[in-house]
Amino acid sequence: MHGSRLRKNLLTAMLLGPATAWLVVFLVLPFIAIAVFSVGERAPEGGYQAAFTLAQYANLPARATAFWNTMVLAPVGALACLLVAYPVAYYLALQAPQRWRLILLALVVIPFWTSLLMRTYAWMYVLGGRGIPALLAYIGFEDVRLINTPGAVLLGIVYGYLPLMILPIYVSLERLDRRLLEASADLGATPISTFLGVTLKLSLPGVMTGFSLVMILLLGEYLIPTLLGGGKVFFIGNALVDLFLQSRNWPFGSAIAITLVLVSVVVLIAANRISTRVSGARRVDLI
Amino acid sequence: MSKSYRDGLPISPENFVDQLMRLKRGSIGRRDFLGLTGLGIATAVMAREIGIMPTPAFAAESLGDRMSIATWPNYHDPATFENFKKDTGVAVEVNVFGSNEEMLAKLQAGASGWSLFVPTNYTISTYKKLGIIEPLEMAKLPNFDGSQEDPRFTGEGTIDAVTYAVPKNWGTTGFAVNTKKLTKPMTSWKEFWDTAMAEGDSRTMVHDYQLTTIGNALKYYGYSFNSLKQDELAKAEELLLKVKPHLFAVSSDYQPGMRAGDAWMTMCWTNDGAQLHRDIPEIAYVLGKEGGEIWTDFYAIPKDAPNKPAGYALLNYLMNPQVAVKEHLANGAPSTDARVNKLLPKEVLDNPILYPAADLLTPLEFGAAATLTDPGRAELMARFKSA
Repeated sequence: MHGSRLRKNLLTAMLLGPATAWLVVFLVLPFIAIAVFSVGERAPEGGYQAAFTLAQYANLPARATAFWNTMVLAPVGALACLLVAYPVAYYLALQAPQRWRLILLALVVIPFWTSLLMRTYAWMYVLGGRGIPALLAYIGFEDVRLINTPGAVLLGIVYGYLPLMILPIYVSLERLDRRLLEASADLGATPISTFLGVTLKLSLPGVMTGFSLVMILLLGEYLIPTLLGGGKVFFIGNALVDLFLQSRNWPFGSAIAITLVLVSVVVLIAANRISTRVSGARRVDLI
Repeated sequence: MSKSYRDGLPISPENFVDQLMRLKRGSIGRRDFLGLTGLGIATAVMAREIGIMPTPAFAAESLGDRMSIATWPNYHDPATFENFKKDTGVAVEVNVFGSNEEMLAKLQAGASGWSLFVPTNYTISTYKKLGIIEPLEMAKLPNFDGSQEDPRFTGEGTIDAVTYAVPKNWGTTGFAVNTKKLTKPMTSWKEFWDTAMAEGDSRTMVHDYQLTTIGNALKYYGYSFNSLKQDELAKAEELLLKVKPHLFAVSSDYQPGMRAGDAWMTMCWTNDGAQLHRDIPEIAYVLGKEGGEIWTDFYAIPKDAPNKPAGYALLNYLMNPQVAVKEHLANGAPSTDARVNKLLPKEVLDNPILYPAADLLTPLEFGAAATLTDPGRAELMARFKSA
């Protein structure tokens, strides 16, 4: 009895060991380092100098615009993704013929095999003057500029993050009990009210998972606005890159990073609360 | 094993089915796995390319078989490193950077792994102060000849009569204009900024780099490119905030925009100006008559270089005028070395983008270390970008 429990504990420890070590080395330790940096000072030539001060946090308003822009971009980008992703996920889970489903799912995932940087750079050329605008000029619409506009940034975001939104929604729709749809129809509900009352409601956990996943990633996004937006709108991600790599004000960058992590946690908890409330007692799992 | 005509073939049908069945049973040898997946070939190619396994004939023991260099995009003739490997057996891994600050950040963090890197003039005193670089042992660089260097460009490599870095090439920071779209001839930074808010509206780019963007805004008022004076910076900020809504982009990656015709005017470095003009003749390169920036890129060796002997060997190799001339033809930046200038073709030396008239060069200023590390200018840039 005693021996088997010991063996079980040992097994648990062995199974959890690698993941725990991973988290400690790549999440907890860096986080502690950043937290220590954030109460330090910028050395005269840049970098970090040991100190204990909250001056970096007091200076946060200097990046208020960047925070504000990010707080707008993240939910708007996630919402745009959701509007495009839901119909796709719905088709994949409920409409697509069984034998096509796997292939279609693979097509959703395959772009992920290429780095986001390369795919975004490709969009620069598609939207640039010798891409779509050249085609438009050919049919008579001269001097259309697509690149470095808010629309281009939104397009890049939807394109880049779409799979992350489609997959969780697909999973929750796929698990949907079809008999509920039949029951709803039998009881006289119109297709629209069946969709709103049954399908949408039961897929909400997937929607919230996708939404929070995309939104959290967008909180740190800087590549797409830089490449497709011309770097004219400043996000927290851009502020961090500049502070760590350009002006090398590591303590201030660290204070912003810590604040961003705290904001992400608050967003996550809020998203969880909301989805638990709307979809009954169900818990939402991140993937 | 018997010799058969099939030995040279990748795999026969019977063999393939055999292998497949073994795979299905879950047994496969390492060699089979490498062969089947193509990973074996990949490893062999990579080993040859990056020198995990040196070619014995060329391996010089004291130099090791590999080293790493940090430099700028499109800055070298790729053949240079291949030839260096042929001569010495040392494979060179090239790391490309976007800014001096990124290089500095990496070196400050430690263990960069570089045995040679290419800093710009204004960073060298900072590197020395931080103890990241050490004096060069000139005896190991017989190909370098200080008497042939133009002293205007080489000064900042030497601190208190000790040489920490030797020059690669120099250049200027001006602006490129698509003269088909913006036909009015321009000669000054004042015209650059005024045009950006008028005919060049939503077609103008400025660098995502505080040194040049703020520096050239200061030039609008005739102030020093390196000014750290509060009132002068305040004026520059006012101009930048006024121009911001009219810009096409704040980015140092301006070639794609200019080439596609989306952007008509951009702040521009010599070598990009030369490349743009070479491919699209209507793109002109202008030096502001008020002045602006002149720069020199140097070679230096980090104190913690993992392979110093190879770093010195490559640096000495690059200082050979016959090698250097090919580098200049490839990257398009002008040389500091009189021996190299003698070897360059006449059309290069006569190209006013590369070798501007003396009266245009006179007012130009070298960027200063204090300008680059000034926190006030960094914050100004952040306010400009977030406006």
